[in-house]
Amino acid sequence: MNLKEWIFTTDHKRVGVLYLIGSMAAFIVAGVMALLMRIELSTLGPTITSNPSSYNVWLYAHGAMMILGFQIPALTGFFANYCIPLMIGAKDVAFPRVNALSVWLFYVGIILALLTFFIPDPPDVMWTGYPPYSTITAGNTALYSFTVLILGFASIIGGVNFLTTIAYMRAPGLTWNKLNIFVWCTLGAFVLQLIFVPVLGTAVTLISMDKYLGTHFFDPTRGGDVLTYQNLFWFYSHPAVYVIFLPFFGVLFEIVATFAKNRVFNYNAVVFGGIGGIILLSGVVWVHHLYVTGMVDWIRIGQMITTLMISVPVGLMLIGLVGTLYKGSITFETPMLYALGVLFLFLIGGLTGIPLALTSLTLHLSETYYVVGHFHYVMAVAGTFSIFAGVYYWFPKMTGRMYNEFWGKLGFWITFVGTNIVFWTMMDIGVKGMPRRYYDYSHFSQFEGAHQLMTIGAAILGVGFAIALVNWIVGAMKGAPAGDNPWKSMSLEWTTVSPPPHGNWPSPPSVSEEWTPYAYDRR
Amino acid sequence: MNSILKHWAATALIAVSSVAMAAGGDGQSSGQAPGSGNVSKLQYLQKGEARITDPAPGWDYLWKEVLIDITVIGILFALMTAYFIWRYRRVPGGPEVGSAPKLSPAAAIGWAVIPAFVFLADDFFLAANGWVLWNKYRDVPADRLEVHLESGMYSWDYTYPNGMQTQNELIVPAGKAILLRMTSRDTLHSHFIPDFRVKEDSMPGRTTYLWFLPKEAGKEHVVTCAEYCGVMHSYMAGRVIVKTPEEFKQWYEAGGAAAKKSS
Repeated sequence: MNLKEWIFTTDHKRVGVLYLIGSMAAFIVAGVMALLMRIELSTLGPTITSNPSSYNVWLYAHGAMMILGFQIPALTGFFANYCIPLMIGAKDVAFPRVNALSVWLFYVGIILALLTFFIPDPPDVMWTGYPPYSTITAGNTALYSFTVLILGFASIIGGVNFLTTIAYMRAPGLTWNKLNIFVWCTLGAFVLQLIFVPVLGTAVTLISMDKYLGTHFFDPTRGGDVLTYQNLFWFYSHPAVYVIFLPFFGVLFEIVATFAKNRVFNYNAVVFGGIGGIILLSGVVWVHHLYVTGMVDWIRIGQMITTLMISVPVGLMLIGLVGTLYKGSITFETPMLYALGVLFLFLIGGLTGIPLALTSLTLHLSETYYVVGHFHYVMAVAGTFSIFAGVYYWFPKMTGRMYNEFWGKLGFWITFVGTNIVFWTMMDIGVKGMPRRYYDYSHFSQFEGAHQLMTIGAAILGVGFAIALVNWIVGAMKGAPAGDNPWKSMSLEWTTVSPPPHGNWPSPPSVSEEWTPYAYDRR
Repeated sequence: MNSILKHWAATALIAVSSVAMAAGGDGQSSGQAPGSGNVSKLQYLQKGEARITDPAPGWDYLWKEVLIDITVIGILFALMTAYFIWRYRRVPGGPEVGSAPKLSPAAAIGWAVIPAFVFLADDFFLAANGWVLWNKYRDVPADRLEVHLESGMYSWDYTYPNGMQTQNELIVPAGKAILLRMTSRDTLHSHFIPDFRVKEDSMPGRTTYLWFLPKEAGKEHVVTCAEYCGVMHSYMAGRVIVKTPEEFKQWYEAGGAAAKKSS
């Protein structure tokens, strides 16, 4: 293995693996931040640091790195890169060198994010970076802006590349209605990225201009408006939730269809109703993040309704997923366990979002641990479980080896239990009034027991994830040979050897009339 | 079972009529606290004879209602999923591949349109209920005490109509609606009173408002900052102290005279 070959690679699979390594590094760092926070909160008052700033920096790093450094790159960087050309029967992506540029930018972004821990005044503006605080803090807001901008560039470049690849590089006979659901989902996610990332870029650029160049976009004493930033930020960052949601649901569809050996239930409803519906609605729901900011009433009410309507496309996708189990022949290897776990976690997360869609209930619930619990269930944990499911699922393809099934399942169950201890408790004390982003909760001392329980839960969660990571490393080095298609999947990526060579197939594949990636039942 | 059906029918009816009313244009733009609101349409959210449109019990009621709604949906979905997982597990000697039927075009459309309408029905039902309660939160009774709040890192500074000022202690009479007009002198803050189920951000350059109805004299309620505002965010706390109207009057007049003297 030659390091130089890896750094200068243009092979989509290696680019994908680079994305995986970088995003897992971000995941580990952000996870350690979470554990530090949980330890800090395990007693009233100072526990491991007497400086609230340290806690705020951990909180910033946890949020920013989990979302921008781990979930989005793992889903739209690793999975998209590794799987899409293989799923559509292409030799590589449309622009391999541009692809290499995107992974380099991603690493620059990760390094910038890690600099947080080495500079004298690290950013403490949360991943949202709201002004006026972000323009007056002693913390380094510029580092935040540049991290976001660089990762945004990586994402846009990836988006252009993959939309072109999917449109022009499908194998002969592989028509649009035979695409894997994962490919459709990623296509949807990249459409959203291309539309909305520039808005986020604008928002964080204006913040830095206000702070360092003396402009007044968000300064009301000079004609600016603080709410403008929140509107711009959430105009991107709510669709960003679907940038995470769509690919992780795509991964789930692949896994559930493979392990149930079944066709996807109501493919067209999933693609056009589900993915299409989400793309249509995603840009008109951001105000539900601003229910308590004094926005005018008509827009709060209007977007309450659009927000609730999101339940339709999401519901169609969930029905598609559960329907795929119907009359299946289900086996329960580790990837399937994680995927089925997500079904339940996502159900809790999605339904607990409904109260938050209602303007009136949000007047009490917003900015409490209820919100934190909700979005961890629906996006953070559901997304992370899906990523772990996907890595387990394509592990034999990537390495040609098998992970250890026993440790895989054990890791899943430990994580699943830990997750529910932490985030269920979080929602419970949130409804009772515990506000989020608190270094010290002395005036809410009644919640100390709950906080201690969550700290224990977080430790359990950490052990579960660590088991999975170790399982992969050991499996990649000395796992048993897996064969080319251990899951007996119909999808194209399993028709080549494991790991696939440069160029993926000796001769380009073509598909027959009756083939689909889910055509198990050939009656 | 019958009573549940009746209850749903009643709430649905009220929901529909309230949508019609709300669409009729009594939504107020924020920053403007309207006078006493429409009382009758909101009374279904309350038990007993309460006549003031206090949102806090309405919140508890709607929360319970929504919780039942999502719990029922969640359990149905989870049970169905669990049943499928168990029922269609691979058994030794059983089929190696699944045999889900291919949907006919009509079935495919049905499986998209019917669930969509079921979800939409529940969405609109919830939206209507949420909307009614929202109006309640925005309609401030005319008989009220109006207090100006300026928040800053890291304190709540209240100014009463007579010029009296307090810090981190909002002293109020029981039984009277309290309206806070809020602004901030530095960063974002959010005045959160969990006991009254209400919060609203305060920020420089804009005036926002919230109101609540203290009921029990002698009680204290925690006020806490809910919007990340800086390093000491978690220490930005205060209290609402509820006095009897007589006690309050005494305190208010004494303080008012003092405030005049000092100015």
